[in-house]
Amino acid sequence: MTALLTIIVLVLVAIAIWQMTKIFELSQVRTMNSQIANDTDNKNNGYLLFAFLIFIYGITIFSFWKYTKFLLPEAASEHGGGYDYLMLISFVIIFIVQTITQALLHYFGYKYRGVEGKKALFFADNNMLEAVWTIIPVIVLAGLILWGLYTWTNIMDINDEDDPLIVELYAQQFNWTARYGGDDNVLGDASVRMIDIDKANVLGLDEADPNASDDIIVKELHLPVGRKVNFKMRSQDVLHSAYMPHFRAQMNCVPGMITQFSFTPITTTEEMRRNPDVVDKVKRTNKLRAQRAANGEDNSDPWEFDYILLCNKICGKSHYNMQMKIIVETQEEYDKWMAEQKTFKETMQPAP
Amino acid sequence: MSATAHAHIDDHAHDEHHHHKETFVTKYIFSQDHKMISKQYLITGLIMGIIGIAMSLMFRMQLAWPGESFPIFEALLGKWAPGGVMDADVYLALVTIHGTIMVFFVLTAGLSGTFSNLLIPLQIGARDMASGFLNMVSYWLFFLSSVIMVISLFVEAGPASAGWTIYPPLSALPQAQGGSGMGMTLWLVSMAIFIASSLLGSLNYIVTVINLRTKGMSMTRLPLTIWAFLVTAIIGVISFPVLFSAALLLIMDRSFGTSFFLSDIFIQGEVLHYQGGSPVLYEHLFWFLGHPEVYIVLLPALGITSEVMSTNARKPIFGYRAMVASILAIAFLSTIVWGHHMFISGMNPFLGSVFTFTTLLIAIPSAVKAFNYITTLWKGNLQLNPGMLFSIGLVSTFISGGLTGIILGDSTLDINVHDTYFVVAHFHLVMGISALYGLFAGVYHWFPKMFEGKMMNKNLGYVHFWVTAVCAYGVFFPMHFVGMAGVPRRYYENTAFPMFDELTDVNVLITIFALIAGLAQLVFLYNFISSIFYGKKGPQNPWKSNTLEWTAPQEHFHGNWHGEIPHVHRWAYDYSKTDKNGEYVIPGQDYVPQHIPLQDDEEELNH
Repeated sequence: MTALLTIIVLVLVAIAIWQMTKIFELSQVRTMNSQIANDTDNKNNGYLLFAFLIFIYGITIFSFWKYTKFLLPEAASEHGGGYDYLMLISFVIIFIVQTITQALLHYFGYKYRGVEGKKALFFADNNMLEAVWTIIPVIVLAGLILWGLYTWTNIMDINDEDDPLIVELYAQQFNWTARYGGDDNVLGDASVRMIDIDKANVLGLDEADPNASDDIIVKELHLPVGRKVNFKMRSQDVLHSAYMPHFRAQMNCVPGMITQFSFTPITTTEEMRRNPDVVDKVKRTNKLRAQRAANGEDNSDPWEFDYILLCNKICGKSHYNMQMKIIVETQEEYDKWMAEQKTFKETMQPAP
Repeated sequence: MSATAHAHIDDHAHDEHHHHKETFVTKYIFSQDHKMISKQYLITGLIMGIIGIAMSLMFRMQLAWPGESFPIFEALLGKWAPGGVMDADVYLALVTIHGTIMVFFVLTAGLSGTFSNLLIPLQIGARDMASGFLNMVSYWLFFLSSVIMVISLFVEAGPASAGWTIYPPLSALPQAQGGSGMGMTLWLVSMAIFIASSLLGSLNYIVTVINLRTKGMSMTRLPLTIWAFLVTAIIGVISFPVLFSAALLLIMDRSFGTSFFLSDIFIQGEVLHYQGGSPVLYEHLFWFLGHPEVYIVLLPALGITSEVMSTNARKPIFGYRAMVASILAIAFLSTIVWGHHMFISGMNPFLGSVFTFTTLLIAIPSAVKAFNYITTLWKGNLQLNPGMLFSIGLVSTFISGGLTGIILGDSTLDINVHDTYFVVAHFHLVMGISALYGLFAGVYHWFPKMFEGKMMNKNLGYVHFWVTAVCAYGVFFPMHFVGMAGVPRRYYENTAFPMFDELTDVNVLITIFALIAGLAQLVFLYNFISSIFYGKKGPQNPWKSNTLEWTAPQEHFHGNWHGEIPHVHRWAYDYSKTDKNGEYVIPGQDYVPQHIPLQDDEEELNH
């Protein structure tokens, strides 16, 4: 496959060079001509501008047709539906404007291509027109701004109403750790200055804080469906960003401060795996993976869909592989899983 | 400097004064002539551009064919590509230096430096910049910073690789990343010198535009290019010092143990002493420059487009005053929107709301500009020279790229596309490609002015434009979808996530378009170099343009005009102006240059 693509590139390169030399030869023959566009140039490039408009529409349609299925599946969080709807409306507006303005621009380029002796219209000013295209964006943007701000304020209003689950996401080069508050749902105090590798206190929890002793530290994030989760993010070394695309959630992790984000997962992993879009995506991906397996290449194990937490702020060499699996499950499954986990007190090594 | 000072006191004795002996060194190297300095800027910028674009092609190949071995990698990257397979560290270095070079060295110095220097004195009717000496110093500081940046590519532990925004702590701690050692030190030194160069240049541009306009050249008669350069210089002066302070504080944190940006860090088994600093503070300082920088890059391109488009449409630019007002509005707003790069940085969400508001406001003057360009084309007599095509291309990419800004500028919608390829696609279209188109439009249009009347080959220009235009959309349109599928930027490869498997084909398509676009730039380079040496001389005013630079003789000498400087009697956009009978103001000629006095019974319009 790759060999084929390399060959295609080389062939295209060769064709391009061949064409260029040809064009160069042609241009040599006509060096007598001036280098200022004449009517023929205007005509050819005018038609090309029109063709280019078709190309822009073409690549737009092509991309939507081929690539829409690659986009993220429907949001798995409560605020995600509103997010997706605002995104949709914004895109509708964008595409209306894009379609009209590109058409005008390129069509005018084609329609008014220069002809020797034609007289252009001296048209320097028109307050009416200026006002129209100032006021229309003002109105549209005012709507978008208000809507966006309303949604933003709701999403970023992180409070303790509705008994949220408190989870800490802890970032370091190049992995994630999650910490739950345990039975009391309160996170114990922590600071990088209290990290003690010898005692397996890798998150720097305050060993004297009673809230810390029942904290649960895990490498796989489990969330009960339907319960609000308040995330507290920390980083021990450089900037990271906790990016959970399926939940339309993201927040940077900043050394020296605790950042927050909150959402309510509404779809379990099991349900998401049955979502038709996801089923199709998994099928397509596993077909690719089967091909790779047949060729004896890496990365060919069959894939099962899972929510994922990615690092989305450049953090060093292995930035591209800093991830943690997220599992959204029913309350019973969650309780069962939680019961199997060891508390901080249990995992701590006695001082040597 | 004394020569220029003299020139203003004594216009008439000027001729004799300037033909004194010039040595090779004073003419080509330590020249104080703005025309030579502009060529120096352009050529240095183009060389940096070749490096920057070559880097992007390499990391695009890595993205399309991850982990594949390419002999070219081994040849160019040496130990960073053992067996021809690109290393993850050098991938980040390439991304970082590509961004730095393209934003600062090509599109700030190469674009604004070149055309501000060339056009400000020539279009306002001045013999040179206010200070030819400072202008020369400005160029040589830029040259020095370019050399240091290039040297930084060869240090043992690798060049800076923390992204072009060099956020600490990653950029501050050599323990976090090899590139944050010597490579980052050189990066910071290079940028500090660059800022000094940019400030000297900008101050010079501002003073020149304000003080050295020829008689009759009121501010409302200035060509839009000059307005754009003036305002660009002003926002440069306002915002570059803030980047300098960020760089300085970062240098202190790195070398002298201060804690401006660092706090609570545990790395490689030990706790560092830093306490109380905040990386978010750095982000504020950086983007206080970083966002206006986008407009420092873009405004000169828009100015060039206004001029080239009006000339080639044989029509006045539509809404001159609205264009000036929107330049000013964009410049003002550009300094109060930086926070939209930081919606999810951990800063107070209320601040996010404020920045959403200001950011979306900037769409209004931008929309006005786009519509004015389109109306300028309406009922014109378009001369589709390569410069004109690049100007039309600029408007097209400015619209396509600008529209997605509505999504990124909205704090809510930014949450899920922040730092994904959606952002990469957006800013490459709206500022990268658009500004490059502006640069190319300027080069094709003013090449005769730079190289004593020689002209670039138009057919090669057409090939250059059409291949570039198709490939630019071919690269960046599909890239939006990669971003909306959730792929983060600055990933060495996407193979660690099965959910991105099926996007490999898109990446291959993007890379192929990028490689072809890269080849198209070779056509430009060939055309540029061969036209310098073998280009045919055209007429003195090849595009039949109104602005003053075309009244100056083709041959270059210090002082621009023999004899008196032309005086100005009208604005720069009297194209196809007719009298009451519907005849051109000057019979048989569809343009009236700025130095032509008002004709009998000609009305001067209040633009």
